[in-house]
Amino acid sequence: MHALMQYIQSYLDSDKTPGGAGNIFWATVYILLVFAGLSVAVIAMNWLERKILAHMQVRLGPMRVGPHGLLQPIADAIKLLLKEDIIPAEADAVVFWIAPFIVVLAAFTVFVVVPFGPTHAITDMNIGILFMLGVSSLSVLGIVTAGWASNSHYPLIGALRSSAQMVSYEVAMGLAVVSVILMTSLNDQSTGTLSMIGIVQAQLAQQEWFIFKFFPLGLIGFGIFAIAMVAETNRAPFDLPEAESELTAGFHTEYSGFRWSLFFLAEYSAMIAVSSIAVTLWLGGWLRPFPNLLVAPPWDLVFSLFPAITFLLLAAMCFYNTARMPKHPLFKVQTIGLAGFGVVLGLIGLILFLPAVRLRVNDIFWFSAKVAGFMYLYIWYRGTFPRYRFDQLMKVGWKVLLPTGLALLVLTAFVGMRTELWAELQGVWRP
Amino acid sequence: MLHITTLHYLVLGAALFLLGVIGVLTRRNVVIVLMSIELILNAVNLNLVAFSRYWQGIHGPTALHGQVFAIFVITDAAAEAAVGLGILIAFFRNKETVNVDEVNLLKW
Amino acid sequence: MNPAGMIPAGTNPPVATPFFFYLLAAIMVIGGVMVITRKNAVHSAMALITTLLAQAALYLMLYAPFVAGVQIILYAGGIMVLFLFVIMLISIERAEKERQFNKQWPVGIVAAAALGGLFIAVYTTTTKGRALFPEGRMTYGETQNTQQIAALLFDRTAGQYMFAFEIASLLLLVAIIGAVVMAKKRI
Repeated sequence: MHALMQYIQSYLDSDKTPGGAGNIFWATVYILLVFAGLSVAVIAMNWLERKILAHMQVRLGPMRVGPHGLLQPIADAIKLLLKEDIIPAEADAVVFWIAPFIVVLAAFTVFVVVPFGPTHAITDMNIGILFMLGVSSLSVLGIVTAGWASNSHYPLIGALRSSAQMVSYEVAMGLAVVSVILMTSLNDQSTGTLSMIGIVQAQLAQQEWFIFKFFPLGLIGFGIFAIAMVAETNRAPFDLPEAESELTAGFHTEYSGFRWSLFFLAEYSAMIAVSSIAVTLWLGGWLRPFPNLLVAPPWDLVFSLFPAITFLLLAAMCFYNTARMPKHPLFKVQTIGLAGFGVVLGLIGLILFLPAVRLRVNDIFWFSAKVAGFMYLYIWYRGTFPRYRFDQLMKVGWKVLLPTGLALLVLTAFVGMRTELWAELQGVWRP
Repeated sequence: MLHITTLHYLVLGAALFLLGVIGVLTRRNVVIVLMSIELILNAVNLNLVAFSRYWQGIHGPTALHGQVFAIFVITDAAAEAAVGLGILIAFFRNKETVNVDEVNLLKW
Repeated sequence: MNPAGMIPAGTNPPVATPFFFYLLAAIMVIGGVMVITRKNAVHSAMALITTLLAQAALYLMLYAPFVAGVQIILYAGGIMVLFLFVIMLISIERAEKERQFNKQWPVGIVAAAALGGLFIAVYTTTTKGRALFPEGRMTYGETQNTQQIAALLFDRTAGQYMFAFEIASLLLLVAIIGAVVMAKKRI
């Protein structure tokens, strides 16, 4: 028993991730935390998407189920779990059953290397970003088999279109990522790294988020990735394969109830995963704004108060809306619910004021805040842009993003190596 | 049996190689023959990487020749699969069958 | 070989290696058997995907993370998608109702058995074979694997495979052009 406690304690003093330290207990704890966090994030995304889209379209969105529709995702989940499970006749039952699991597997395995902090990743693989890109490309297999196994026209066309789109935009994503990897090798004595934690540490060492490096090259790379990641996850404006007016929900037409919710879960997890890639590679991962410039003690304190202030602001919004609730007896339960929710948020905010909690949560908060910004961007795109037709979509992927990515790669290499190239041209460079 | 040595990986590679050879020699569906060829290439890759690990033990941590070779083999396999499937599609467009036994005309 | 200290100080010994090896080996062999025996080509393809992913995990056990990453991206995520596309484009129900194994399957089995016997002979009986695989292996950490492979490929002084790398790019170019020409409707 004492040995077990020793084993659990021994990790807390190390400066490596649980995978790197070989500590199975803490690795399992981190995995469970990531699972829980993802589930909460997907539920929150469901609600946020409907509310934000509604407000962008000058309507209210779900308001009935809980106070301001806060319990709507839970009602949706219950409905999906209780729905009848329909398998089309003549469909290949085994493949039909496996396909959602492949997509969920690909979407969730990616989070093994996502760095929420310098030691807050499940593990830090030497090939971090390569692993993420590779495993997220496995979801194409799930989509293709889902469309095939449905034994019906719309799903098959939707699956082929969707997979063609995802494969095309993966190339553009890869090129943008490689240009960032080139930038990581410009540390003083570094050979560059593919590891996610190493990329953020490279940004810390070079004192510049990679989105601003070699202006405008970093920005263009970020733009390419931001567009490609929206197409990669089949979201608006690139969501022709699953648009209702075009293909009656594409590859997941024949999936109902729990199986459809697996696809939905995988789609939102994939969105969070590619946003994590974008945040880690270009926006400095878990680094707070100006970690090198504003490093004097008061600034550390100020920035570490942000999580607590965020939650207190959310709690204040809850209380404000409680005050605005109609004073009708039928609304009593909702009012009390909203006030209770506000109290919970306020308590979390107050807990985040404690110094011990503050220090540990800081990195996770900044990372999550940046990813949340990307989620808002996704919803904003959905509410703003008209849908691309499929040939326009493929044209953008192959004829615009790919050449731009290639040019960006070559230019980044040139600009990064300019001193060595110039020295070599002058004949003075010694290897 | 419990200590995993290079020999274990080689035996596994040999088993996969044999499965691939059986697949190539006995199946009639061209696509499955191509997939068996991929199985053979994978067995070879496993051998290469296992030997690279063994070589690394002798010549130091930077002697990763087997892994580099394995990467080239994977690249090769991709090129070969693409061309093979292109040939298959061209053939299928003419004869409407994926049966290896019916690829028996030099010219039609 | 470094006889004094099989595991360098400061690294953690691998955990439960025999269990994972046998598990992955079983997955690979069962997947391989399913590849060559399934009637439905899509089932074969999915079995092959399972085999490839298990092989990527085996590469991770062999401390070759870069090769594992390349295997997942290229093989499981690229080549198998290509296979699935082609299967779906050209698969016809007639193929499933036909005989699956050709007329020479006894000869095939005998040839494979002979090859297997040869493997067993090499691995167990010859002294050269037995001396080739001494017990015990180093367990270097994998923190610099990609960088070391890059050094072998690209380094000015130590890299030996730059030419092969360029030839591989040429090969891929030829394959792209060949595949496009083959699959076009009109040349």
